[in-house]
Amino acid sequence: MFSNLDLQQFIFGRLTLEAIPYHEPILVVTFIVVALGGLALVGAVTWYGKWGYLWREWFTSVDHKKIGIMYIILAIVMLLRGFADAVMMLTQKALAVGAEGYLPPHHYDQIFTAHGTIMIFFMAMPFVTGVMNYIMPLQIGARDVAFPFLNNFSFWMTAGGAVLTMMSLFVGEFSRATWLAYPPLSGAAYSPGVGVDYYIWGLQIAGVGTTLSGINLIATIVKMRAPGMTMMKLPVFTWTTLASNAIIVTIFPILTATLALLALDRYVGTRFFTNDFGGNSMLYMNLIWIWGHPEVYVLILPAFGIYSEVVSTFCSKRLFGYTSMVYATMVIAVVSWLVWLHHFFTMGAGANVNAFFGITTMIISIPTGAKVFNWLFTMYRGKIRFETPMIWVLGFIPTFVIGGLTGVLLAVPPADFVLHNSLFLVAHFHNVIIGGVVFGLLAGVQYWFPKAFGYKLDPFWGKASFWCWLVGFWVTFMPIYIIGLMGVTRRTQYFDDPALQPFLTTAAIGVFIIMAGILSFLIQLFVSYLRREQLRDLTGDPWGGRTLEWSTTSPPPPYNFAFTPMVHDLDAWWDMKKRGHDKPLQGFKPIHMPKNTGTGVILAALSTVLGFALVWYIWWLAALSFVALLAVAIAHTFNYDRDYYIPAEDVLRIESRRTAQPAGA
Amino acid sequence: MRKPMNPNHKSADGRPGVSLKRSLLRTLALLAAAGLLAGCGMTVMDPSGDIAVQQRNLIIASTALMLLVILPVIALTFIFAWRYRASNTDADATYDPDFHHSTQLEVVIWTVPLLIIIALGAMTWVSTHTLDPYRPLSRIAPNKPVPADVKPLTVEVVALDWKWLFIYPEHGVASVNEMAAPANVPITFRITSSSVWNTFYVPALAGMIYAMPGMETKLHAVMNQEGDFTGISGQYSGSGFSRMNFGFRSLSPQGFDEWVAKAKASGAPLDRQAYLALEKPSEAEPVRYFTSVENGLFGAIVGLCVAPGQMCVHEMHHIDRMGGAVADSEANRQRLEYDSRRLQGGDEPSGATFPASGRPPRSLEEPEGVMPRDQPGEEGGKTPPSNAPSRPESGPAPTQLNNRPADGHQH
Amino acid sequence: MQETTPPPGATAPVFYEQEEHAHGDGGTLFGFWLYLMSDCLIFAALFATYGVLGRNYAAGPSGADLFDLRLVAVNTGLLLLSSITYGFAMLEMDKERVGPTLKWLAVTGLFGAGFIGIELYEFAHLIHEGATPQRSAFLSSFFALVGTHGLHVTFGIVWLVTLMVQVRRYGLIADNRRRLMCLSMFWHFLDVVWIGVFTFVYLMGAMR
Repeated sequence: MFSNLDLQQFIFGRLTLEAIPYHEPILVVTFIVVALGGLALVGAVTWYGKWGYLWREWFTSVDHKKIGIMYIILAIVMLLRGFADAVMMLTQKALAVGAEGYLPPHHYDQIFTAHGTIMIFFMAMPFVTGVMNYIMPLQIGARDVAFPFLNNFSFWMTAGGAVLTMMSLFVGEFSRATWLAYPPLSGAAYSPGVGVDYYIWGLQIAGVGTTLSGINLIATIVKMRAPGMTMMKLPVFTWTTLASNAIIVTIFPILTATLALLALDRYVGTRFFTNDFGGNSMLYMNLIWIWGHPEVYVLILPAFGIYSEVVSTFCSKRLFGYTSMVYATMVIAVVSWLVWLHHFFTMGAGANVNAFFGITTMIISIPTGAKVFNWLFTMYRGKIRFETPMIWVLGFIPTFVIGGLTGVLLAVPPADFVLHNSLFLVAHFHNVIIGGVVFGLLAGVQYWFPKAFGYKLDPFWGKASFWCWLVGFWVTFMPIYIIGLMGVTRRTQYFDDPALQPFLTTAAIGVFIIMAGILSFLIQLFVSYLRREQLRDLTGDPWGGRTLEWSTTSPPPPYNFAFTPMVHDLDAWWDMKKRGHDKPLQGFKPIHMPKNTGTGVILAALSTVLGFALVWYIWWLAALSFVALLAVAIAHTFNYDRDYYIPAEDVLRIESRRTAQPAGA
Repeated sequence: MRKPMNPNHKSADGRPGVSLKRSLLRTLALLAAAGLLAGCGMTVMDPSGDIAVQQRNLIIASTALMLLVILPVIALTFIFAWRYRASNTDADATYDPDFHHSTQLEVVIWTVPLLIIIALGAMTWVSTHTLDPYRPLSRIAPNKPVPADVKPLTVEVVALDWKWLFIYPEHGVASVNEMAAPANVPITFRITSSSVWNTFYVPALAGMIYAMPGMETKLHAVMNQEGDFTGISGQYSGSGFSRMNFGFRSLSPQGFDEWVAKAKASGAPLDRQAYLALEKPSEAEPVRYFTSVENGLFGAIVGLCVAPGQMCVHEMHHIDRMGGAVADSEANRQRLEYDSRRLQGGDEPSGATFPASGRPPRSLEEPEGVMPRDQPGEEGGKTPPSNAPSRPESGPAPTQLNNRPADGHQH
Repeated sequence: MQETTPPPGATAPVFYEQEEHAHGDGGTLFGFWLYLMSDCLIFAALFATYGVLGRNYAAGPSGADLFDLRLVAVNTGLLLLSSITYGFAMLEMDKERVGPTLKWLAVTGLFGAGFIGIELYEFAHLIHEGATPQRSAFLSSFFALVGTHGLHVTFGIVWLVTLMVQVRRYGLIADNRRRLMCLSMFWHFLDVVWIGVFTFVYLMGAMR
C-alpha cells in the first residue's frame, strides 16, 4: 500500500486525477467547447492533409513574416481567453451587490490573476512582438531578422509559456496571488499548491523568448538597415521598436531573476521574500516594478509608432516633427526606468523619495504630450482619409489623453494615497492599455493586413468593431472610474452598498459591447477572406504608403526585396515614388536565405514539459526534459548547414509573376 | 459598503473655489453615467477628514491644471480631423504636405506640457511633504491648528486574516472590526499586519498605507465629523479579502469615553493566547471588544514573536548588527520560524490552490475561514444571505449587516 | 533632416542595390554582446538582492564566520588563469593552429572545472555546518548569487567541450571561430562578474 503510494508519487508527483475539474460544470463545458474546437481544427488539418504544410511552412519557419503572423494569432487566441475572464469578473461584480454572485473567492481570485497575467504576457506582448517582427525588417529593407532561428525559438517559447498557463485551466488551478504575485502572499507559506508555480514557470518560459526576441530585433535594426538608412532616416515605427526592445533587454532579465528568487523561496525554502529569517518582501516589490513599469512602455511605444505611421499615411503628409518624435521616444524609454516606485507610494518610503518618483513620472508626460501634438499637427494641413486604421487613431487620441490625465493624477503621491489600489486605478490602466496599446495594435492590423495577405480588410466590419470597442470601453470604464472615487478597491468580489449596482451593471453591459467589438473583428477577418477578390490589392501599396514595406509586393516574397532598396530620405518609399524609381526587372542574383528548422519547436516543447514537471513535482520528468533540452541544443550546434540560396531563376520567376502587377507608382 | 454610512450625509461642500471645478468633473462623469450619480456618495471626492479633504483638493487642482491642455487637445483632434478631411473642398483647408517642421510650434508643444508639469511638480513636492502620512498633524482643519491641550490619540492597528484589530494603548482596550475615535482629535495610527500585506484605508478619513508583517507603518489623520464610516483593506490578501472591512465610528468626546467604557465592560482580556486564537483566518468577524490588552502585545505582533519562545524581529536585528551568532544559530533558527505556523497549525493558507487547498480545483466549496455560500450549487447567487446571521459564531460584522438591504437589492 | 522636395528636373538617384552583399558576421558578436549585457542585469538584480539582504543573518552565521578567504583566493586564481589560457587559445586560433588551440581550451576547461569543484566543496562545507540557503536571507542571497555564477561557469564548460569537439571535427572554420569568439566573451564576462563577487561578497563579507 505504502510502496504503491510512493510509486504513484514518484511517477506523478503531486498530480492526481483530482486535479482535473471534471465536477465543475463551467469548466467541463469550457473544456468540451475547447476540445470540440480543437478536434475540429485537427480534423480539418488532417482531412486536407495540411500537417506537413503547417510543419514545413509555418511551425519550423524562420521567416520573420510568418513568425510575426503566428505571434499575432497566439495573441488573438489569448485575447479571447483573457477576455472571457474579464466577462466573468464583471458579471460576478454586477451580480454581487448585496449578494454572493456566482463565483467562490478562490475561483474569482484565479480569474483576476489569470486575466492580468494573460492580457499582459500572452496577449499584449505577443501582439506587439508580432507586429514588430513582421513590419520592422520590411521597413528597414532587410531580408530577415539578424537571427532567424532564434526568432522561431523565441516565438515557440512564448507559445510554450501560454500553453502552460492555459493548462492550469484544466489540470489543477492557477495562481490566486494577483498578476504580479506579491510575496509574502505568493510565498510557499501563504500560497501553497500549484497555482503560483504555474504562474512562475509560464512567465519564465515566455520571458526567455521575449528577452531573446528583444536582442534579435535590436541587432536587426542596428546591423541590417538598407544602405543609406541612417538612424535619423529610420521610420518612426522602427524607432519605437528599437526603444521598446532596448527596454525589453534591460528589464526582462530582472523579471527572470526576480521570479527565479520567488521560485527558490517556494521550491528550496530560501528566505528572500519571507516574513521571517530576514527576508524582505519590499525588495520584491521594487524588483518586480523595476520590470513592471518599463513594461508598459514596451507595450505603448510600438503602439505610438503605429499611430505615427498611420497618421502620416492617411494625412498624405510627412510626420510632423520627426526629430522631436524620435527624441520623445528615447526620453520616454530612459525615464521609464526611473519611475517604478510610484506603484507603491503607500509603502511609507518617505516624502522625499515619493516626491522624486512622483515628479519623474510626471516628466514622462512631457514627451508623451509632445507626441500627441505631433500627431495633431500632422493632421493639420493634411488630406485626411478616414479609412479604418485612421479612425482608430481618432478614437485613440481623446481616449488616451484622458488616461494620461488620470495617470498623472496617480503620480501625485498624496492623491495616490486615496486612489491607490482603487478601481480608479484599474480604470486608469485599462484606459491607457486599451485606449493606447490595444487600439494601436488593432489599427496596425487594419493598416498592415493588406501587406501581409494581399487584400484589404472589410471596412464595414472594421468600423463596426471600432465603434463597439470605443463605446464599450467608455461604458465599461467610466462607471469603474466613478466607483473608484466612491472608495471601492480593486479585486473586491462582493459589495454591500446598493448605490454601486447601477455602475456595476453599466460596466457589465459595457463589457458585452466590447465583446461585440471583438466579434466584429473576427467576422471582419472571415468576411474579408470571403470577399478577398473584391478587396484584393495588386499594387502592394494600397494606402499610398511612405515607408519601405510598401515598396515590395503584397504579400512580400520570402526574401522581401529582390534588390535591396537604397535610402536617400526619410519616408524612403514616398521619396522613391516621387522622384521616380526604376525597379530593375532583371539581373537577379541568387539570394542567401536561412533554412527552416524544427529545433525551436522541439526546444520550446521540452521547456514546456520541464515547466509542467516542475509545477507538479514530477522530478524524474523534470530531469529528463532538462537533459533532453541540453542534448537537443547541443545537437543543434552540430548542424552547420543552415542556409541556402534561392537561385536567380527562381527569383526571376517569382518577381516576374509579381511585377505583372507593378508595385507602386 | 464602501460609502460612509453617515446618517446626516452632507449635501454639497461649501467651498466656493472648488465648486466650479467639481461641477466640471461631475459633468464629465455624467456624460457616461447619465444621471446615475444622483444619490451615490463619491467618498473620495466628498470626505470628512481634513487629510482626505486636502487630498481631494489636490486631485481637483491637478485635474483642472491638466485639463488646460487636455481639453484643447481633444477639441483640436476633432477640429483638425473635420477641417482637413480629404473630401473638404473649402479653400481654408489647405493641403500642405511639406508642413512637417516648425521650430516655433515645436517649442510650444514641448513648453506647454513642461510648464504644466513644472506647476504640478511644485504642487507635488509641497503636498507630498505636507501630507506625508508620517508627519504629525499641525492642524485639524483649515485655519484650525491643533489645540495645545489636545493630545493625539494613538491607535495600534493590526491587519489579520481577514479582520482588523485595533489596540488603544492609552486606554488599555482593544476591538475587532470596529474602531472609534473622537472627532477633531488627531489620531496616530501605528499599523502592521500578521501574515500578508494589506492596506489600512478609511476613505473618508485619509489615504491608505500598507500594513506589512514584521514592519510598522504610520499614519496621522483627523476626522472632522461625527458619524459612522467604513474602513477597508485596499490590498488583496487572500480568500476573505472582500469582506475585510470595519466600522469607523467618529464620536463626540463623551461618546468616545462611553465607547471605551463599553469595551472595558464587555468581552475578554486580550492576551497572547487570545491573540493567537484571533489570528487564525476568518471572514466577516463580528465586532468584538477586549477589556484589557497585555503589555507589549503590539510590539510583539510587529516583532512576529507573540507565540511563546519566538525571537522578536528587533532582537534578531540587534544580533545581526552585532555580526550574527554562529554558536546559537540552530537554537535561534527554531525561534524564528514564523511563516510556517499556518501550515503546521492545519489552517488553510490565504492563497492556497490545489492540491494544498484540499479542495477539488475551482469547486464551489469555500476556503477555510470563509463564510459558507448561501445556496451551495446554485448559480447566480442573487438571493440575499438568509442564514448568515445565524451562523454559529461569526456572523457578518454589523457594519455590513447595516449596509445590506433587507430585501436583497435586485438588479 | 533633409528637405523632401527635390529640385525640379534633378535626376533620380540610385534606388536599388544591384550587387548582392553577404551579411557580415558582425551581427552575431553584437547580438551576443547584447545577450551578455542582459545577463549582466540578472547579476545586477542578484547583487542588488545581496546588497539588501546581505546583512540579514537572522541571528545566524555571518560572512566573517563562514568564508575561508584562502580557498576563495585559490578559486579566484583559477578563474583568472583560465581567462589567460583562453586568451592563449584565441591567439592560437588566429594562427589557425588547431592542435594548440585545443590544448589551451582544454587547460581552460580544467581550470574551470577546478573552480567549480572548489565551489561545490565550499557549498557542501557550508551546508554541513548548518549554513544552508534556508538559514537566513543573507545565506539565501549568497547562494543565489554565487550559485548563479557557478551555473554559468558550468554551462561555459559544457559549451567549451562542445566547441572542442566541433573544432576537432570541422577545424577552425568561420563558424567555429565565431563561436570561439562568443565563448571568449562569455568566459571573460564571467571573470568580471567573479571579481565583483569576490570583492563585494567575500572580501567585504569577511572584513565585516
